[in-house]
Amino acid sequence: MSLTSWGMYPRIKNKKTSLKSLQKLKEYMSQSNEFISFGNGRSYGDSAINEEILHVRQYNHFLEFDEERGHLTCQAGVLLSDILDSVVKRGWFLKVTPGTKLITVGGAIASDVHGKNHHIEGCFSECVEEFSIMLEDGEISTCKKGDELFLATCGGMGLTGVILTATISLKRINSQYIRQKTIKTSNLQETFDAFEAHSEQPYSVAWIDCLAKDENLGKCLLMVGDFADDGDLNYKSKKKFSIPFNFPSFALNTLSVKAFNWLYYAKAPNGVSKQKVGIDTFFYPLDAIGNWNRIYGKNGFTQYQFILPKDVSYDGLKEILTKISESGKGSFLAVLKLYGEENENYLSFPIEGYSLALDFKIEDGLFELLDELDEIVVKYDGRIYLTKDVRVSEDTFERGYPQIDKFREYRKKNNMREKFNSLQSKRVNI
Amino acid sequence: MSYVLIIGAKSDIAKEVARTYAKNGYNLYLAARKCEELEDLKQDIEVRSSVSVELKEFDITAYDTHKDFYDNLSEKPLGVIVVSGYMVDQRIAQNNWNESLQTINVNYTGAVSILNIVANDFENERRGFIVGVSSVAGDRGRKANYIYGSAKAAFSSYLSGLRNRLFESGVHVLTVKPGFVDTKMTENLDLPEKLTAQPTDVANDIYNAQQSGRNILYTKSIWMLVMLIIKNIPEFIFKKMSI
Repeated sequence: MSLTSWGMYPRIKNKKTSLKSLQKLKEYMSQSNEFISFGNGRSYGDSAINEEILHVRQYNHFLEFDEERGHLTCQAGVLLSDILDSVVKRGWFLKVTPGTKLITVGGAIASDVHGKNHHIEGCFSECVEEFSIMLEDGEISTCKKGDELFLATCGGMGLTGVILTATISLKRINSQYIRQKTIKTSNLQETFDAFEAHSEQPYSVAWIDCLAKDENLGKCLLMVGDFADDGDLNYKSKKKFSIPFNFPSFALNTLSVKAFNWLYYAKAPNGVSKQKVGIDTFFYPLDAIGNWNRIYGKNGFTQYQFILPKDVSYDGLKEILTKISESGKGSFLAVLKLYGEENENYLSFPIEGYSLALDFKIEDGLFELLDELDEIVVKYDGRIYLTKDVRVSEDTFERGYPQIDKFREYRKKNNMREKFNSLQSKRVNI
Repeated sequence: MSYVLIIGAKSDIAKEVARTYAKNGYNLYLAARKCEELEDLKQDIEVRSSVSVELKEFDITAYDTHKDFYDNLSEKPLGVIVVSGYMVDQRIAQNNWNESLQTINVNYTGAVSILNIVANDFENERRGFIVGVSSVAGDRGRKANYIYGSAKAAFSSYLSGLRNRLFESGVHVLTVKPGFVDTKMTENLDLPEKLTAQPTDVANDIYNAQQSGRNILYTKSIWMLVMLIIKNIPEFIFKKMSI
């Protein structure tokens, strides 16, 4: 069979083994060659792809919920959407959630994911009280914040062991609704100003029109918001519409992207407007369309996400947006976000600054363009997000991550390099 | 809140069906052989959904125990979902009478035995719903799987008749016909991705179909089309085919 990640590229033959019990995992650990854990297949590139894959999704029991403190303990294959189905009604929400709820808890830890509130709450690891993990020798280790294993595993792309269970802390909410403000800007400077002006808002994210040129470069819709306080917790997750097959790859051309951006941008009123929206609409707009990755056609797509330090973000983004706009390669989605301080984990992506994420369908000439973008990212001391990546070079990657040698050393010292590997880990040599 | 009784609660589909009904506020009786092995699932569901889950020892081929089993449920369920299934490779089944018999008994005879009892109760009370998980394999016998298929065909016919009988009493019967599902039962088969459903999707489909009063559910829905074609191939051609 051939399991792929969300980008449907690369597609290689692999052997899938499902994690069912600890005893079976222990046997697998001693008998298997190198493998990588695979959650719900929502990372974009090759970080969870190898010839042998350990499928963790079925390892998905809830174990304990301390309703007083909001501490939930569950197995690693539980989806964030399962957690929401269970806890929102009782007045709790995830402290940190990415833009899809269809990821596993194990994947959230391994990618140390972040969300619209990174500038306030940080990464997912902030809400991880402890987790247990099976190491290369079959031993199960429980670790907490501050442990070296914790620093290496959060953001460690599944390369330290198989995450088994986790206890995460949730945040109190008193509504299933978010009061959202939408700010329409007409260029990059206005976009930056708007982010700064609303930085006290817990949630913020901007959708950028990547094909806008010249004086319109960097125009965006900035959406900020916070939970309402109306006591309505009667949350039911939205029914989803699905894209049943791969679109032909010509469906997504510059024109259709322009039309999409135009519709999206045009529907928003000028200046500042206010809305009250549900959790799914605010946090997970794309989850409403199952398999939206199929719109990119059967050759698949990738997401290019980088972050630049705050003081050079404006110049760097301007340079990169200009380059993309000139290339005419369409990005359906370009998401801009202001991040808060970085954490101590060896490989977590966020640093204080601005990050941009863009989707590209896989086609000739794309990787050359991305290599050129890499040069700009490196020039401005930025870095690439492994969870989205499928092609970055070792050199570009390691120049962005000053703690990389600590991670490599740790893997070597604990015999992890022979056991846990993805196509990505081998490509960037971690 | 009302109870739903799930027969054959150990299967991967049953596990997700149980979670789905619990999520929507139903208490559960989970019935299976060696039901103590479901303790983990009981804990999982109770933590997720704050409903009550009771494990019930039940053997679908121990027909003479079924009446007592049902009578002893402290509160009668609002709905009963039969998920029990047994499938071995066709060549094993056709060369081993005990395997053939087990296939027939788990998929058909046992289901009839327990549902006769349930149906009489629901008919009396003039309320309740019955869901039977049959299979697309019952729509037409194929050489690759006809012993299992014929047992499921019998079960589908039974459910159709039961629906007809209970209609007047306001008791609804849903026949579920899954195609390929990614479960323990099929883990050694190389299934085509586009035709294969995940147990969570099957469970959601079942819940929605039952709640909205549908009669026959194919899941994934593409299977309705696939089976329509397969059912309509003339026999003189069909007998020469390998599908």
